[in-house]
Amino acid sequence: MKRSRLQRRIGISGRGLVVALPYLWLLLFFAVPFAIVLKMSFSAVAMAIPPYRPLIVWYAKHALEIKLNLNNYAFLFTDKLYGDAFLNSIKVAFVSTVFCLLIGYPMAYGIARAKAKTRNILLVLVVLPFWTSQLLRVYAWIGLFKANGVINNVLIRLGVIHNPLTMLFTPFAMYVGIVYSYLPYVILPLYANLEKMDWQLIEAAEDLGCRPWAAFCKVTLPLSRNGILAGSMLVFIPAVGEFVIPTLLGGPNSLMIGRILWDEFFANRAWPVASAVAILMLLLLVPLMMWYQSIQARETAGAS
Amino acid sequence: MSRRSIFLISCLAFGYAFLYIPILSMVVFSFNASRLVTVWDAAHSPTMKWFYALFHDDEILGAAWISLKVALTNACGSVILGTLAGYALARFPKFKGRFTLSAMTTAPLVMPEVITGLSLLLLFVALEQTIGWPARRGVGTMIISHMTFSMAYVTVVVRSRLATFDMSIEEAAMDLGARPFKVFFLITLPIILPAILAGWLLAFTLSWDDLVTSSFTSGPGSSTLPMVVFSKVRLGVSPEINVLATLTIAAVTLLVVGVSLWVARAERLAKTAA
Repeated sequence: MKRSRLQRRIGISGRGLVVALPYLWLLLFFAVPFAIVLKMSFSAVAMAIPPYRPLIVWYAKHALEIKLNLNNYAFLFTDKLYGDAFLNSIKVAFVSTVFCLLIGYPMAYGIARAKAKTRNILLVLVVLPFWTSQLLRVYAWIGLFKANGVINNVLIRLGVIHNPLTMLFTPFAMYVGIVYSYLPYVILPLYANLEKMDWQLIEAAEDLGCRPWAAFCKVTLPLSRNGILAGSMLVFIPAVGEFVIPTLLGGPNSLMIGRILWDEFFANRAWPVASAVAILMLLLLVPLMMWYQSIQARETAGAS
Repeated sequence: MSRRSIFLISCLAFGYAFLYIPILSMVVFSFNASRLVTVWDAAHSPTMKWFYALFHDDEILGAAWISLKVALTNACGSVILGTLAGYALARFPKFKGRFTLSAMTTAPLVMPEVITGLSLLLLFVALEQTIGWPARRGVGTMIISHMTFSMAYVTVVVRSRLATFDMSIEEAAMDLGARPFKVFFLITLPIILPAILAGWLLAFTLSWDDLVTSSFTSGPGSSTLPMVVFSKVRLGVSPEINVLATLTIAAVTLLVVGVSLWVARAERLAKTAA
């Protein structure tokens, strides 16, 4: 590759620049901040602005004091609230992922097997809500679920119930909200995977006497494994740390770790505790993210 | 009709009903005269009075203006960074830091927003203490935060678009003596233009809708539209928010339908040309 005189003088190639700009940006604004969160999680809470005590203090000229404070972590492990919130978040994320797959898989399958023209319309209909504000779409469920909301009004009008059901601020409402918000995230990777499927394989299996359901379980399902895993990760990982949906639909008692982090930070101004919560969350989620990345790498390698 | 297609069609019908009933109910009740929102006031509805109210709500208009500034700057910035990263990952098979760059552009897609928001805020506080910048948090810090996760989405879109085109045209141009810079602008850029446009729109929407990261990194007097909406919605339903939803849905529908028609046409043209 030829280099211009200027580039040679600085000693950097155009190619280097293409890589360096996004690389340095992400290093500074995505990677480095985690080191700061880690450092903060070992600081002590203080009544000050900003509300923590520095970890490293220089005394006089040559004496350096580093106080590693493990209290935040000790606090998280002894107070039952945090452990429960962690387990509950994992449970909620897991159940939501299963429901997203149960609803999303047949939809993605149906779209992939539709005629080319219908397929495009069906895809646009999946993408449309994805582009609309998540906050507003969660808000829509408040209108449906509340005591004088749409669902209760319709059921009372039909005579199915006489007194309004309590749906808003229940775990049920929270699950519906999460599944609803993340459904497009499962359908799209599943569709991308199923679209490449060689349907002749399934026909062959059926011609050889496999029943449709057995052919699906033995051929289609294993072949769409990567799509299932990618879709699940796209739901599970962000759902563990979800804040908006539990707050708006789950009510004040919904025990989710994302809400706890938010409250520690904004309500209690306990930055070090919030940081410790974030670090524990990362310990759980980073292995999953790496797994997701390896699945993605396999998918793109398989495509080309 | 086979049993399988009946099953699939009912699954699709259920799925789309689930996706669209909440959206449609918001739209319908934005024309309801009653302040209770979900109790239809047949005598005075449909009405446009809440549309009128929304356009005279200074708090919402001010927040929308801040959101617009952040979203526009963010979209342009993250398209540049994301295109560079996507190009590097798709076209340079080996370079130092390739794995890290790939990981750093995948992780923000799934990272819970509370973590991204907290970590960026702590970075800004640490920077302020050590080098005095940023002196105050607000629009600028929000743009930086939004660009960090938006560029990851742009990278994915651009990278996958480049992966579907082989390098032969670019290589041919370079063999004929064109400089890499020229090849990029004359050949690569037109090819990935639909992806860049999609990335720009995606980045704009992500920023326009963002609540969590903005709440952590904004400062006094710079509340974005989602922040104002969230504080209103926490107190219950409000007819103005329904109107806002109706307007958002109308804009998104026009854009998505328009862009997909445009892309379909471009692809048809590309196919007939090939």
